[in-house]
Amino acid sequence: MSEELHDVRLVVNGTTHHTQVPARRLLSDALRHDLALTGTHVGCEHGVCGACTVLVDGKPMRSCLIFAVSAIDTEITTVEGLTEPDGSLGPVQQAFAECHGLQCGFCTPGFLTTITAGLAENPCPTHDEARDMIAGNLCRCTGYQNIVKAVERAAVLIEERTS
Amino acid sequence: MKPAPFAYRRPDTLQQALADLAGEPDAKVLAGGQSLVPLLSMRLAAPALLVDINGLPGLAEIVVTDAGVRVGALARHADVLSSSEARRVQPLLAMALQHVAHATIRNRGTTVGSIVHADAAAEMPVVLTLLGGSVDVESTAGPRTIPAEELFLGPLESSLRPDEIALSAYFPALPEGAGVAFDEIARRHGDYALCGVAALVRLEGDRVVEARAGYVSVNELPTVLDLTADLAGVVDEASLAASAETAVAQLEPDGDIHATPEYRAQLVRVLTSRVLRAAYEDACERNAR
Ligand SMILES: Cc1cc2nc3c(=O)[nH]c(=O)nc-3n(C[C@H](O)[C@H](O)[C@H](O)COP(=O)(O)OP(=O)(O)OC[C@H]3O[C@@H](n4cnc5c(N)ncnc54)[C@H](O)[C@@H]3O)c2cc1C
Ligand code: FES
Ligand code: FES
Repeated sequence: MSEELHDVRLVVNGTTHHTQVPARRLLSDALRHDLALTGTHVGCEHGVCGACTVLVDGKPMRSCLIFAVSAIDTEITTVEGLTEPDGSLGPVQQAFAECHGLQCGFCTPGFLTTITAGLAENPCPTHDEARDMIAGNLCRCTGYQNIVKAVERAAVLIEERTS
Repeated sequence: MKPAPFAYRRPDTLQQALADLAGEPDAKVLAGGQSLVPLLSMRLAAPALLVDINGLPGLAEIVVTDAGVRVGALARHADVLSSSEARRVQPLLAMALQHVAHATIRNRGTTVGSIVHADAAAEMPVVLTLLGGSVDVESTAGPRTIPAEELFLGPLESSLRPDEIALSAYFPALPEGAGVAFDEIARRHGDYALCGVAALVRLEGDRVVEARAGYVSVNELPTVLDLTADLAGVVDEASLAASAETAVAQLEPDGDIHATPEYRAQLVRVLTSRVLRAAYEDACERNAR
């Protein structure tokens, strides 16, 4: 017996995609396999590592803990959607490059989306708030210090770019 | 690590959702999915049908009156945590919700889902039990209200029937003269607690007339102890230490891969006196206002 497929309409980074998926397709897999947006990474697939974090209506959520069929009626932003309209690096991406906030880069998409939402909510975080902002994401390479620096640098870049 | 196949419905009326559940004995409700999706992905659960309630109208509301806070089934932990009205009427909600997972999980997970999931390591079942709250549920057979003390049957087992949807949870307001506090020890902030304690202390004048504490991750069920007898005289180091010993003796903490029974008993001891003291101070402060 073949598995029932569902028509889903996913709005990702401002583009509307129509695709057909089984109900059990995780949003993370729909993004990567069905829409070929492989920027979203998959580490643990049970909500712990944060690599798969995307923004759903502007809020960070684990794409491995949402079914694609349940993500209709939302606007999704992945790491691919964090660049500037001209294709240059967005402020959080720029800050990671400047501060050496990544080594292997596996965890990075989840950090970038989480920090983008975090700074939208709290544009001038204290050092402790910057640490707290990334507390739900795991990185096996950097030791986090440079990621915290990148949060603080990104806050400055956003301020500069918007003033 | 992918879920086994299942049929999926996303009804847009409660009637339809209840009918879908009634029509398939092996169905599960999908709310925030922050506990259910991992269970499905690890194939610890493989229901035939998921009924996604995220399309149902009116369930995201948080209704606050002077009597208490009613949290709808689609209100996310983050919504409840950020409600200043809810915090005013029942401050224990926000105190405990800060410890529920990370912000990213709280953006999707629902408070009602975490209660009916009935995990003894979860904060909100204990909060509901300590406050004497309840859950409103409905099936095609009609609605009913389940008081917290009848809700939790065992690990991950609630008294909801498979065809029932929980519509809301009700947390009574802070009583006159009372104070509350919450604290827990986890390996990292946002992890499930090794031990967590919620406490409510009520004063008449400067005398303690009620002191109760609820325990997260200590036994298989959310447990609430009445420790009034130990604190009814004076509240000082000695009486707080006595209440902590009463708690350890009554709870007989469980051991698991995260903590031996002895270590957990020590956490119960330390947190009981710390959190009862904080709740007592909270009550004194509120009474002074
Ligand atoms: C990494 C991680 C860390 C976490 N840490 C914590 C923590 O420290 N403390 C904590 O308390 N929780 C923690 N959680 C769990 C989180 O709080 C979940 O949100 C919560 O347990 C379940 O809510 P949900 O809406 O996601 O429910 P779901 O996952 O959708 O459902 C859970 C169960 O409840 C049933 N259910 C849900 N809603 C209803 C309803 N309205 N009617 C009938 N049945 C229903 C479902 O059928 C299922 O069996 C964590 C989760 C993750 C992934
Ligand atoms: S892959 Fe989603 S949190 Fe790890
Ligand atoms: S840079 Fe390698 S895991 Fe974070």
